[in-house]
Amino acid sequence: MSDLPSAGEINVNGYSSNRVTRRDLWKVRRLIGMVFQDFRLLPGRTALENVAFALEVTGAPRKAISGRAKRLLAQVGFTPEPSAVVEQLSGGERQRVAIARALANDPDILLADEPTGNLDEHATREILDLFQDINKNGTSVLIATHDTHLIGRHPNARVIELDQGRLVNAAQAEAS
Amino acid sequence: MTREAVAAFRRAPTLTALSAGMVGLSLYVVGLFSLVTYNLQIALSTIEERVEIVVYIRDSADQSEIDALRAELMAFDEVAGANHLSKSDALERAQRDLPEFGQLFLESEANPLPQSIEVTLNPENRTPEVAAKISQAAQDYPFVEDALYGEEWVDQLFALRRIGFAIAAALGAVFAMVAALMIGLALRIAIFARREEIYIMRLVGARSGFIRGPFLLEGALVGLAGGTLAAGLTYVSYRGLSIYMSDAAWIPFNWVAIGLIAGSLFGAISSAVAIHRHLQEV
Repeated sequence: MSDLPSAGEINVNGYSSNRVTRRDLWKVRRLIGMVFQDFRLLPGRTALENVAFALEVTGAPRKAISGRAKRLLAQVGFTPEPSAVVEQLSGGERQRVAIARALANDPDILLADEPTGNLDEHATREILDLFQDINKNGTSVLIATHDTHLIGRHPNARVIELDQGRLVNAAQAEAS
Repeated sequence: MTREAVAAFRRAPTLTALSAGMVGLSLYVVGLFSLVTYNLQIALSTIEERVEIVVYIRDSADQSEIDALRAELMAFDEVAGANHLSKSDALERAQRDLPEFGQLFLESEANPLPQSIEVTLNPENRTPEVAAKISQAAQDYPFVEDALYGEEWVDQLFALRRIGFAIAAALGAVFAMVAALMIGLALRIAIFARREEIYIMRLVGARSGFIRGPFLLEGALVGLAGGTLAAGLTYVSYRGLSIYMSDAAWIPFNWVAIGLIAGSLFGAISSAVAIHRHLQEV
């Protein structure tokens, strides 16, 4: 929420985009985990350090950080060594690190902006399965994508179609 | 916070060294200026020590009158000493200090030089006003021929001192401002280089204070490192200067300490301003 909506209002667990102050923004941000197409990982740092960073800056107890970061990496199915530097990882592996980081604060919502845009077919399928698992564990997952094939592969998902910022279709797909 | 600041140094040693170098060079200009100002101040004080009043006494005056005048002059709070110079003392000094006239003094049967009282002032009272006041008091005595303090050159010296002080203050302020701007620029570059890190901190919900803290400390440390570098460079310049000017003096320790504290403060403040602006944007 670094940009405010040009019109309308966003409500997240009682925080309204129209009323929330800059001082309280951090509280809203901890409710939302963000995942990006370009991963936005800290270069030159390891997978573990990237996840641990999110825990450090939100004031997690120092002793618990390493263990928790490792558990988060395991949770998202990250198989390489946690000490691997992000530049050595594949796109799918990097996205898993980014998702682990997004889950660090145990958010209510996971917001993913074109999360598979830089991934191959195989990695895309794996990441979407991971999102499904995260959703099953109680976190709302909101994915923004231009990939209509991706949407077609997940008939259970609720699809909201936007065109030029306007809502054109908001159908709740039937369970297959 | 300290861990984060030190980690930032470790992760980007080149950038940190460049920032400290920029700060150091900016403060070095201030250091050189301080060195020159301090030495000029000393030179001026040496000249000011020569501000004294010479009270010339007529030959007709007797010793009791001279003693009374001397006691009266010594009673002034501003007066540090009043030394009586007899006619023979004056002749002896003239023969010593002015050897080119030595023969003339020897050939002369009568001693043409008057006796006098040389009045020295306390260091804080060596001003044209005080010199004029003492001189006037001495001239009230009928047996005093004249009381001189080099009115013209003393006035010029003090005018020069006032101009010098104004120029030093203005230049000092300009150099300090340039140094502050350079420190601000160096730290803005450091923050810009870490914008992705700051963005992610924001994204995952770090509080502003948490983000600011390490940057403030980093700014202070960069300022301190730059200040130390500037002090070192200034010292090297002083040693170099000493080869040509053996009586050049090193600036007092408290000036160096103030410079280091100011460097750290500038660093922390510049960093605070830069990070505040940056956080407004992300």
